[in-house]
Amino acid sequence: MTELKAKPEAKRSLPTIVWPLLALAVMLVIDGIINPSFFSIRLVEGRLYGSLIDILYRGTPIALIAMGMAIVIGSRGIDLSVGSVVAISGAVMAHYIHADWNPWLIVLVTLGMGAFCGLWNGALVSLLGIQPIIATLILMVAGRGFALMINGPGIPTFRSEFFESLSTGQFLTIPTRLYLVVLVFVILWALLRKTAFGLFVEAVGSNASASRLAGVGTRVITIAAYAIIGVCSATAGIIITGDVRASDAVTSGLYTELDAILAVVLGGASLNGGRIYLANTLVGVLIIQSLTTSILMSGLPPEYNLVVKAIVILVVLLVQAPKLRSSIAVLFGSRGGKVKS
Amino acid sequence: MTQEIEPRVTMRGICKAFPGVKALEDVEFTLHPGEVHALLGENGAGKSTLVKVMTGVYQCDAGTVTLDGKEVHISSPAAAQDLGINTVYQEVNLVPTLSVAENLMIERQSSVFGFISWKKTRERARASLARLGLDIDVGRSLGSYSLAVQQLVAIARALDRETKVLVLDEPTASLDAHEVETLFGVLRDIKARGISIVFITHFIDQVYAISDRITVLRNGRFVGTGPVAEVPRMRLVTMMLGRQVEGHTGDRPSPDTIKMEGEALVSAKALGKSRYLKSVDFDLRAGEVVGLAGLLGSGRTETAKLIFGAERADLGEIRIDGQPVSLRTPKQAINLGFGFCPEDRKHDGLILDLTVRENIVLALQSKQGIFRRVGEAEQNRLADEMIKALGIATPDAEKRVGQLSGGNQQKVILARWLVAKPRLLILDEPTRGIDIGAHAEIVALIRKLCAEGLALLVASSELEEIVAFSHRVLVMRDREKVKEIVGQDITQAAIVEAIANS
Repeated sequence: MTELKAKPEAKRSLPTIVWPLLALAVMLVIDGIINPSFFSIRLVEGRLYGSLIDILYRGTPIALIAMGMAIVIGSRGIDLSVGSVVAISGAVMAHYIHADWNPWLIVLVTLGMGAFCGLWNGALVSLLGIQPIIATLILMVAGRGFALMINGPGIPTFRSEFFESLSTGQFLTIPTRLYLVVLVFVILWALLRKTAFGLFVEAVGSNASASRLAGVGTRVITIAAYAIIGVCSATAGIIITGDVRASDAVTSGLYTELDAILAVVLGGASLNGGRIYLANTLVGVLIIQSLTTSILMSGLPPEYNLVVKAIVILVVLLVQAPKLRSSIAVLFGSRGGKVKS
Repeated sequence: MTQEIEPRVTMRGICKAFPGVKALEDVEFTLHPGEVHALLGENGAGKSTLVKVMTGVYQCDAGTVTLDGKEVHISSPAAAQDLGINTVYQEVNLVPTLSVAENLMIERQSSVFGFISWKKTRERARASLARLGLDIDVGRSLGSYSLAVQQLVAIARALDRETKVLVLDEPTASLDAHEVETLFGVLRDIKARGISIVFITHFIDQVYAISDRITVLRNGRFVGTGPVAEVPRMRLVTMMLGRQVEGHTGDRPSPDTIKMEGEALVSAKALGKSRYLKSVDFDLRAGEVVGLAGLLGSGRTETAKLIFGAERADLGEIRIDGQPVSLRTPKQAINLGFGFCPEDRKHDGLILDLTVRENIVLALQSKQGIFRRVGEAEQNRLADEMIKALGIATPDAEKRVGQLSGGNQQKVILARWLVAKPRLLILDEPTRGIDIGAHAEIVALIRKLCAEGLALLVASSELEEIVAFSHRVLVMRDREKVKEIVGQDITQAAIVEAIANS
């Protein structure tokens, strides 16, 4: 717990990413103690293997969705329908693989479907003024039904070299899907910080009425945020469906919304909107994923998995809470005094 | 005649400060038994704070409260109710989804063997409404009745308790003329029972229709009190809006700076919106300041919002550079070169989570559109330039704007519009809630901007301010323009007269 002492001192000057990174570091150190071979990375048949690579690999779908979620939460919204969008896009993808379409065209249509789902959510939120949690709940519930309808009877399986290599393949010893995460991150970062989109989303999330009076097109911004998370979810859908080579409308992407929201919050964002932390969110994803991996490695019975996960996450959130941090600062006397000055 | 009777409530030397603002400073208030006492003042005058001290919501920092000759310490709203001081707030604080009977008897249901007897409860509810001359189905949900009825239910609930003092905070704000009459009938009845009523309102006519005495507050200070017959309208408006009309020689724009020729930048003809603003017309040219004067609720803010497209006008027309336009959104107005500093900074102006820099570039950025981002270096340059030019007290441009003081926050919003290089700047209460120093700076800034050729439309409740910088003043009353005063004729006395004469 030595890191707790260090934290308050740096309260103001350090960038926000320090806290999630610190939590991640602690988790990895504990993993290293439990399992000394945790940090080893081997090259087998032209591909890197190891626990760290495994964490990155498995965290990919959540990472893709969580980045979109960071934007939606930044606009003071939330999207519960991401799991259903994963299922829908998986079904669309399987459908067109069976129809023998060009893979690139399938990618385009699948992402388009994701964007459409997002536009639907965005329209409900910004045009009809339905609260985001309810508006996206509609698609969350109905979406899997649509996916089942697209699938038809049974679970359609497929073989597609293109999608398998996209999801489970590797390029220059590194899994392909990791390039995808980097690509999406760069695109979103550029959209947020190299155009004014990020500023507008944060302005709308912080104070929609003042943003409108400052000339921000609040409706368009909100709809765009949901469209983006729709595309992100469809991308995750391609990865998940390509991995299992089947479109399972019932379980594909189940509960991903919870992990994605959690990752955003672990990244230090407030559900009240106003700030988007894209990189922090990715660290949040890694915290969740390394936690899952370390519980499996530690040999704890799997039924403890969720309980341990809940406790660790609670601790991480408490450590990040400004209120607790300042009371820790007070506890540590002189150090606390420095912070206040 | 009331002078011989011992006052019911006496408040002396009441002071109350909130972080950054002195809400009340040495305020006194005396309430006699069986009177309707109007408490008047503009926004921020301290009416609500004074009432909240009386009803135990706030504790005063200094001063004494006496009730029936005994000094009392009112520590909570419950304590106030125990003493017989009841309040009906502006937004009726009842539960609209519950029935009228449930709302009335929420604390005192009649019970039989520990179970609520709805029959008895309803009977008692009906009886307490009957005392106010109201006969309605008490089983229906409160929300299904008009606001007037809800208001009366709230009053009935207050009267069910042992009541000595009834505080009504803007009870007539959302009532029509007929409903107001009903309410006044009830109030006269209550008064006759010896209950004292504190009546907060901003409708001057209603003050004279129902009140026995008047107390006026202004900027957290006590201005005056007296029987209604001894305070003519003119004096009342003066008390509310200006310090001293007589002998005021504020510096005024010299006549040669008044430009009445040239094409109007904005020209409004019978502009209005149903149930919002009746009608206003004016011309506004570059390098000209037009002041909007009037009491609270007279249509000042409404006019500003219509011109900026924050509300859509559906009556009359507005021409910009001689071309008729229909303003639908603020964005459209901004693209035409308009800027708007709203009255409610926190709610409508600032983006509190964002930094000073981000707040300053926001309007310019939305004018340029999403893909032509204002570069990092340019953003820093603009922010630093504005911080220096307007004297915004902040360690750097990256401070969250929510952490600045009121005056500096106002300057940040002004800076937001100035970097967007507007042709017309609309300011609604630009000096509300900011300290004297910043106040003077902002008035000086308005003059400077005007001299640089900007057109300004400024709504303010501070008459001195309006007189100090306006080339023309539009006097608003009852949601329409009643008079336009030009050039040399602009004096506080002239404005007060226009407001008071109905």
